[in-house]
Amino acid sequence: MLARLGLPLSLLLLAALAALLLALGVGSAQISPAQIWDLLQGEGDALARTMVMELRLPRALSAFAVGGLLAVAGALMQVLLRNPLADPYVLGLSGGASIGALAAMLGGLGGLAISSSAFGGALFSTFLVFGLAHGSGGWTPSRLLLTGVVVAAGWGAVITLMLALSPAERLPGMLYWLMGDLSYARTPWPPLLLLLATCVVLIPLGRSLNVLARGPQQAAALGVAVRPLEWCIYVAASLLTAAAVTTAGSIGFVGLVVPHMLRLLLGNDQRLILPACALAGGTLLVLADTLARTMIAPEQLPVGVITALLGVPTFLFLLYRSR
Amino acid sequence: MSVLATRDLIIDVPGREGGTPLNITIEPGQVWGVLGPNGAGKTTLLHTLAGLQAPRSGSVQLNESALGQLRRRHVAQRLGLVFQDRQDGFPATVLETALIGRHPYLSPWQMEGADDYARAETALERMDVAHLRDRLVSTLSGGERQRVAIATVLTQAPNVWLADEPTNHLDLHHQSAVMALMAEQAAQGQAVIMCLHDLNLAARWCDHVLLMYPSGEACWGPRDSMLVPSALESLYRQKLAVVEVDGAPVFVPIKG
Repeated sequence: MLARLGLPLSLLLLAALAALLLALGVGSAQISPAQIWDLLQGEGDALARTMVMELRLPRALSAFAVGGLLAVAGALMQVLLRNPLADPYVLGLSGGASIGALAAMLGGLGGLAISSSAFGGALFSTFLVFGLAHGSGGWTPSRLLLTGVVVAAGWGAVITLMLALSPAERLPGMLYWLMGDLSYARTPWPPLLLLLATCVVLIPLGRSLNVLARGPQQAAALGVAVRPLEWCIYVAASLLTAAAVTTAGSIGFVGLVVPHMLRLLLGNDQRLILPACALAGGTLLVLADTLARTMIAPEQLPVGVITALLGVPTFLFLLYRSR
Repeated sequence: MSVLATRDLIIDVPGREGGTPLNITIEPGQVWGVLGPNGAGKTTLLHTLAGLQAPRSGSVQLNESALGQLRRRHVAQRLGLVFQDRQDGFPATVLETALIGRHPYLSPWQMEGADDYARAETALERMDVAHLRDRLVSTLSGGERQRVAIATVLTQAPNVWLADEPTNHLDLHHQSAVMALMAEQAAQGQAVIMCLHDLNLAARWCDHVLLMYPSGEACWGPRDSMLVPSALESLYRQKLAVVEVDGAPVFVPIKG
């Protein structure tokens, strides 16, 4: 059993390290792995060290954390809603965050203000959707899903309106934020620590999640306290998504595609899938971000475009091949 | 010493006013059949007995403690439920499905061990589905899925079996095999309560019977005092002919 978990996770860990190494080495100035090793030890050329330690490393680690958070949040949402189409944004979370961020940008604020405004918007949207779905009775997965989809559509309209009313000089920044952008990510530690903490907390819950994936009644009959567990997943997934969106804007497809690909390859044991999502989601986003900043350098592409362009064909291929 | 008992229990069927309060005492080794027409509340009763649904009034006692006060995990170690219909969430193999029967016994950090796998495999063999162990449940036939569901509860090894139409979708041989399994469980000291639509299975395999009417009325007792043609005809509003085969009554609906 441990071997069954160990092998895929070690492979994914290796892939993640390789992707990080690539992200540190590639760019306007190429740096070989041996040089990177020296730089991490505190040796080597001072200019190269500044570039790697203060620009590339924080950005790569942020990308890793955001990708991991989105993939784990997607996997959780899919279990919570028992719907394979659920993703971290399905409950209108990214819409809420976007409105917060765009409003801050419209107001001419920058940096931290945009982040906190986005975080506030994400949480507001979460509570709004949950409150509306709860209604006078209890919430059910299908009601939560429908409410989320409709609220997200509403946010979409507001976003378009804000873009239409914005002064032209602010538009590029806003569009980049909407498609996901890691160039403002400077401190990778909060999302990275959140990702680590989540994995540690979720692994012992993994088997309960497996049972919950078979339906609430079956789960209750097998001894799972269904409502508390569902609450816990909902809050966790929302928090993870909010942290990811706050760090890097709304990046699509990672949360939907990564858990799916892993389920097709590794089966459906959440104890394996959740840590695997953290590693694979992180790896994917590190690679996508490296591509985004090198493909048409010195110009940068929005990383969300790359995740979609990479994720969609891979996903469709795996789906086509699956039994 | 009762393993499961109801105290003035009235189940919560939407749109129904009251009914007969159930005061039933189920002891180890008994096999109860719950009979009644569609919509009489048989499934609701089983879910209430399992603690999945709150009663309108009264209470259920599991080993003399109120079911509502017990932790779900504690309940699941003692009481297992074969559902009438199952939701397919994510794809899972037959072996994985049987293995979740061990969930109530494992601590959060614990992985399934060799013993858990052995129990699941034994249960699959007992239900004649061991050859399907690596197949996805969603690719099985209705009867095979039913047997996998029973194998899951067999892996769970509860003292109280609640089975909602356990012979659904099964061919004649497997119907008989499942009833024999229930009888065997009872002989080992477990209590079995099952909803049935087949009077003849009830007559052959159950020792106690609960009749549930759509109005909410109910009566219960030893099988021979309950399976009386006149009572069954009014229960189902269907004329019946009775013949004796192999030492048990056989009920056949007749026209008119």
